[in-house]
Amino acid sequence: MRITLAVNGTRCTFDAHPGETLLELLRREGYVGVKKGCGAGDCGACTVLLDGRAVNSCLVLAGKADGSDVLTIEGLSQGGALHPLQEAFLDEGAVQCGYCTPGMILAALDLLTHHPDPSEEEVREGISGNLCRCTGYTKELRAIQVAAAKMREARHG
Amino acid sequence: MAEEKRPVFVVVGKNERKVDGVALVTGRPKFAGDLDLPGTLCVKILHSPHAHARITDIDTAEAEALPGVACVLTHKNTPATRYTTAGQGYPEPSPYDARMFDTKVRFVGDRVAAVAAESEEIALQAMKRIRVRYEELPRVLSVDAALEPGAPVIHDEKDSSGIYDAAKNTAADVDIDVGDMAQGFAESDVIVETVCETQYAQHTPIEPHVVQTSLDEDGRLVIRSSTQVPFHARRIVARVLGVPLHQIRVIKPRIGGGFGVKQEVLLEDLAALVTLRTGRPARIVFSRQEEFIASRTRHPMRIRVKLGARTDGLLHAVEMEVLSNTGAYGAHGLTVLSNVGSKTLPIYNKAKNVRFFGKAVYTNLPVAGAYRGYGATQGCFALETAMDELACGLDIDPVALRRRNAIRVNESSPIFQKLGEGREGVEQTVKSCGLERCMEVGAQRIGWESKRGKRSRDGSRVRGVGMSIHMQGSGIPQIDMAAATLKMNEDGSFNLLIGATDLGTGSDTILAQIAAEVLGVPVSKMIVTSSDTDVTPFDTGAYASSTTYVSGKAVERAALAVRGQIVHVAAAMLAADGGTLDEDRLVLKNERVVAPNGRAVTLAEVCQRAMYQTGQFQIGATASFVPDESPPPFMASFAEVEVDTETGLVQVVKYVAAVDCGVAINPKMAEGQVEGAIANGIGFALTEEMLFSSKGRVRNPTLFDYKILGARDVPPIEVILVPSYEPTGPVGAKSIAEIGINGPIPTIANAIYDAVGIRLTKTPFTPERVQAALRARHPG
Repeated sequence: MRITLAVNGTRCTFDAHPGETLLELLRREGYVGVKKGCGAGDCGACTVLLDGRAVNSCLVLAGKADGSDVLTIEGLSQGGALHPLQEAFLDEGAVQCGYCTPGMILAALDLLTHHPDPSEEEVREGISGNLCRCTGYTKELRAIQVAAAKMREARHG
Repeated sequence: MAEEKRPVFVVVGKNERKVDGVALVTGRPKFAGDLDLPGTLCVKILHSPHAHARITDIDTAEAEALPGVACVLTHKNTPATRYTTAGQGYPEPSPYDARMFDTKVRFVGDRVAAVAAESEEIALQAMKRIRVRYEELPRVLSVDAALEPGAPVIHDEKDSSGIYDAAKNTAADVDIDVGDMAQGFAESDVIVETVCETQYAQHTPIEPHVVQTSLDEDGRLVIRSSTQVPFHARRIVARVLGVPLHQIRVIKPRIGGGFGVKQEVLLEDLAALVTLRTGRPARIVFSRQEEFIASRTRHPMRIRVKLGARTDGLLHAVEMEVLSNTGAYGAHGLTVLSNVGSKTLPIYNKAKNVRFFGKAVYTNLPVAGAYRGYGATQGCFALETAMDELACGLDIDPVALRRRNAIRVNESSPIFQKLGEGREGVEQTVKSCGLERCMEVGAQRIGWESKRGKRSRDGSRVRGVGMSIHMQGSGIPQIDMAAATLKMNEDGSFNLLIGATDLGTGSDTILAQIAAEVLGVPVSKMIVTSSDTDVTPFDTGAYASSTTYVSGKAVERAALAVRGQIVHVAAAMLAADGGTLDEDRLVLKNERVVAPNGRAVTLAEVCQRAMYQTGQFQIGATASFVPDESPPPFMASFAEVEVDTETGLVQVVKYVAAVDCGVAINPKMAEGQVEGAIANGIGFALTEEMLFSSKGRVRNPTLFDYKILGARDVPPIEVILVPSYEPTGPVGAKSIAEIGINGPIPTIANAIYDAVGIRLTKTPFTPERVQAALRARHPG
């Protein structure tokens, strides 16, 4: 079926195959920052923002997303400047293999959009659907708090 | 003291950003699965539904007739060469007991056939059309069953080699001793004995195995693989497929985590054969389920440790016996078994009588392989549990007992020489050891004195603290080899070409930091290319905690050679009017070569002269390193746990790890290695376990049912890097990737004992097992 998505701010029409998930369609269309880790909604590597909320794109049928806004990691740093979350992940050593990183950053973005000043518990909850086998999460928790502070500053400054 | 000689560093010791970091946080196509070559065939594997069976007939005609199927591979049309999937140095210490497709299947998940098709849907349809007739054989689903007289023989084929005793299902056997055990125990005042058992566990990198193969413009085979061992992959594929090695190029792009499971050549041979047969690109991506049933696992083990000590607390006799389950094939069977002792026993070097013996045994269960810790994790559980019992027996504080017995600087252990990786080891003296300081700092940070033995209670929840100490190694001495090439560009930048395999650890970055330190430039002037067998020099690969120490030393040597060339050119430029200048007195800093009188030339000017002007040559060097020893990193772990005596639930309240890895080249990355390993280790201790049906099928092959820790499950982890200086290491460094995973199981077990007085000896410590142990102690 033909569907229309606004991917990273650009409206495009795509041919979605029958039964195809949003994950499969996005990767097929070259948005390979969306990663597949399990295909069952357990690991969160395929997290994208669908109309501003974090979803496992492996659990969303592409057809169901028709008419939606989709943000993938490729859309986060448009114009060359990294997003505060990306900067903080690099500075705090929160990236090891980097395979879970796109999903983790987008889950964190959803969290910070709705909770600009989260407690540590809220950050843990916010990324609880995103598994990371490399880091033990310590550095990610810190990076998200650092980014939150920067984003608050930018909003008020 | 070695520490006093520690030089002042400019780039080393700084938290540099990962050199590949921006690409990773922006989602650029860096991974093997991100490349989409036109015309790529999708390859799917038909796995055995039986734990043990002979294939009496296999008919692929219907599958081949399906439109869109390019080829079907079975034992009938593939090479019969025996090999090991273990990516190790050559000749491998693992038995050649596997072949691409066999006439017999040995576990649920074993290869039966593979289909290459235009799409995944077609490949899956075609697989259903393959008719296989099996003659089921009796299953062997435990080590005990495998060792029973008259047990079914799992490797009854005639053409395997390197198996210790195939008729007795024994893949490998080790037996070494020092001193006299009978006398040792007879002279001991206190003797404790414990038996610990560990579970089947899986690595679960978030990126599953993926390989993409194609032919280049010249018809050479290109393999892009999520591998930790690109050079071993090239060698093994060449041998198995009978293709000249020079016709194969293996490229390792970014890897989405490995932890040992990608030290195995699991898919490269299959995809390569499809490409050679069809001339087309091919791709295999393991599903998460395949990752559980058909990749590799940690060796489950039963380990008995017997300790004898004198009343003064000094260990006098140490005996460790291991039964390791290697699953259906013997990959890493011998070497993991050896490491159970070689990476644990030297830490207690005071004992004069030591014996280590054991077997790696075949079963019809999934294949075990390399997994971070590599046997030390299992060995440490048993040894450190026994040490805790001994502390009780002697009525000595567990920290004090370890302090009395632990190895120190300038000391050795006979085990270093007696027990190597599947062969004799190498004698060595410990030249850097911060272990005592690690214990001191860790005890302080957890509040050992104030919390130990207090059993503070909140309703049904009781708290306790426990500790343990650990070691690992830094590479495999006199076996591992790494090389690095540096070449200079005329803007003063350098290409750093390394065979070392960054699998997410950050090794590209820390190796660049070493080179940048030597050459007086920022990391941004290092262009790092890692792991392309056509382009980068040889490296045995990313395993055995080898990269920082072994590859790092090769990089340091290459950088020193290049520095010599730079200084030579610069001396001619800086010498006044035809005079000479002592090259030893020139300093490289801030991208310049500076003479004692303050005159300086930039590195760009030096390279421009060498390339375009006078005595022209390429400034560059290749250097290699083979270590003569394997300096252990050391660590002390402390944990506070809370045990719910009603539900049996164990929660870790806080985990403290103090680690000595020599100079931490990039402290945040070093901490990250330990934090990640500890989180994985806590998973082993509390939740992770592969479960099997009575027919040997994995019952929980999903990340929903096999529970690895998420952000809500991980306790606060505090990692303290205790500085030391390893004189044989690059810039004073030792490796750190594995050691962290050895801590959680014994530390949590010992903390549970402190809280509620029960010894848990079987992982994971699930609420059911804790409840059962509590009930056994207080029946009724």
